[in-house]
Amino acid sequence: MIHKYTIAELSQGLSNGDFSSVEVTQYYLDRMQQFNPQLNCYITQCNEHALAQAKAADDLRAKGQAQGITGIPIAQKDLFCTKDIKTSCGSKMLDNFISPYNATVVERCNDAGMVMLGKLNMDEFAMGSSNENSHYGPVKNPWDMTRVPGGSSGGSAAAVAARLAPCATGTDTGGSIRQPAALTGLTGLKPTYGRVSRFGMVAFASSLDQGGPLTQTAEDAALVLTIIAGHDPKDSTSMKQEVPDYSTTLNDSIHGKTIGIPKEYFTNALDPEVGDTIHTAIKAFEKLGANIKSISLPNTHLAVPVYYVIAPAEASSNLSRFDGVRYGYRCENPKDLLDLYKRTRAEGFGEEVKRRILIGTYALSAGYYDAYYLKAQQVRHLIRDDFIKAFNEVDVILGPTAPTTAFKLGEKMNDPVSMYLSDLYTINVNLAGLPSLALPSGFVNDLPVGLQLIGKDFDEATLLNLGHQYQQVTDWHRQIPTAFDKGEAA
Amino acid sequence: MSAITPDEVAKVAHLARIAMSDDKLSEYTQSLSSTLELVQQMQQVDTKGVTPMAHPLDTIQPQRSDHVTEGDFSKAINQMAPKIEANLFLVPQVIE
Repeated sequence: MIHKYTIAELSQGLSNGDFSSVEVTQYYLDRMQQFNPQLNCYITQCNEHALAQAKAADDLRAKGQAQGITGIPIAQKDLFCTKDIKTSCGSKMLDNFISPYNATVVERCNDAGMVMLGKLNMDEFAMGSSNENSHYGPVKNPWDMTRVPGGSSGGSAAAVAARLAPCATGTDTGGSIRQPAALTGLTGLKPTYGRVSRFGMVAFASSLDQGGPLTQTAEDAALVLTIIAGHDPKDSTSMKQEVPDYSTTLNDSIHGKTIGIPKEYFTNALDPEVGDTIHTAIKAFEKLGANIKSISLPNTHLAVPVYYVIAPAEASSNLSRFDGVRYGYRCENPKDLLDLYKRTRAEGFGEEVKRRILIGTYALSAGYYDAYYLKAQQVRHLIRDDFIKAFNEVDVILGPTAPTTAFKLGEKMNDPVSMYLSDLYTINVNLAGLPSLALPSGFVNDLPVGLQLIGKDFDEATLLNLGHQYQQVTDWHRQIPTAFDKGEAA
Repeated sequence: MSAITPDEVAKVAHLARIAMSDDKLSEYTQSLSSTLELVQQMQQVDTKGVTPMAHPLDTIQPQRSDHVTEGDFSKAINQMAPKIEANLFLVPQVIE
């Protein structure tokens, strides 16, 4: 039952010689073949590539050159560029795109000897909260196949929740790692802006995007973050800041840590039963020795409005590169250059992507810049100031990750604004640039619920420490959806 | 009244180089209007004297020395293009 193991346990098993990386990899490839048709979480499965990497990892281990994480399988969100393997970003526009280079995140996983199982489904260009905006079709939530897994890293979340990968990468621009983690019962880490290189990540909103892991446990998130974090000369926004070994502080006592509870996170917008699980979790942290303090983040309600100016504005600029000339989709028989651009973009982009490009173009157009973009940047400053002020009094902030459990497929597809509001607790963290760790914190009507811990700039270590300690006294992270909790012993 | 008119949507679609049929125009006008109404909430906030925040990190742009670090990738890059000839991107004729 290899799928029951966390990556920390797989690492132990590999080093004990209980199984080889080839065996573990084949086990996951078999599960992918068996279960992916139901879930649709993989866009590309890399069987031969994975087995070759696994063989190389086993050879390294035989030579005594393996690191802890060598030989562990991982699946990559399909917006991390992979050399010689398709990177679609969930879009028809990039359906034929083969990157000539690897993203730095992929490169670092390769350098550590990890095994890439495949590329994961996602909302097109990471725009969405349900994974329904994918050219490759929606992803199902393994806890209830009539519901969404969240988004935009919905494929990553479904794959790890159903154990079709022991861990995965995602990206988080407004909650796209944490919200799907919450809706599928996983641990998901959005690192501080600048902690993980964005080189080779297809850009959505460049001042907000950040890559990170979706895992079963905080301990596993620490293992992956230690590998992928750190300065990259190829990304001028990646920070020259020391990367600690995040595993070494997981077992520190959290006694005396102060956790802030923002009152704005517990309003009518929050499903009361979801709220109950968060209150139970707060008590668990208190029992572990943390001090609980009520705080206020008064501009929380402005995060979604601000985000829907800034993110589309940046997206409209970033996505102008898709012109049908240099790579990606091109329309048939263009009559002139303008027709080539216009029809390529109309046919190559999906509805949500076009909506956001149009909003962004409008917000940046002559006469509207001050009223929209500049105003949004000013309010963004106020949102960050709320956090800075709160962190004078507390070490971390705790609240719900999403206001409800997973919603039904199709439920919000005709109402973009209601979809946008499902990210109301996660978006302000991206605007402020802070790190945040989503953790499974219970179930409501058999569907997973998540909490998030928000930390100070570059203080992922404290978040992972608190997350790990919480997971020592709870077992929400150990739950596997019954239909997927079967497999042959290796 | 909608926050944005069909004419404005058509203009923005042209600026964004996205072809837009007339039947799609009303659909987009409606969805963009509801997004802009949501966005309007931020107009209530007094931001007089608040510095715009372009970026979460308070750092200066790093510079690097001006020398070539990577080889010539033009072939690999051109291979991704929908249409190339003699290592050049092909587009419809622009000048008669």
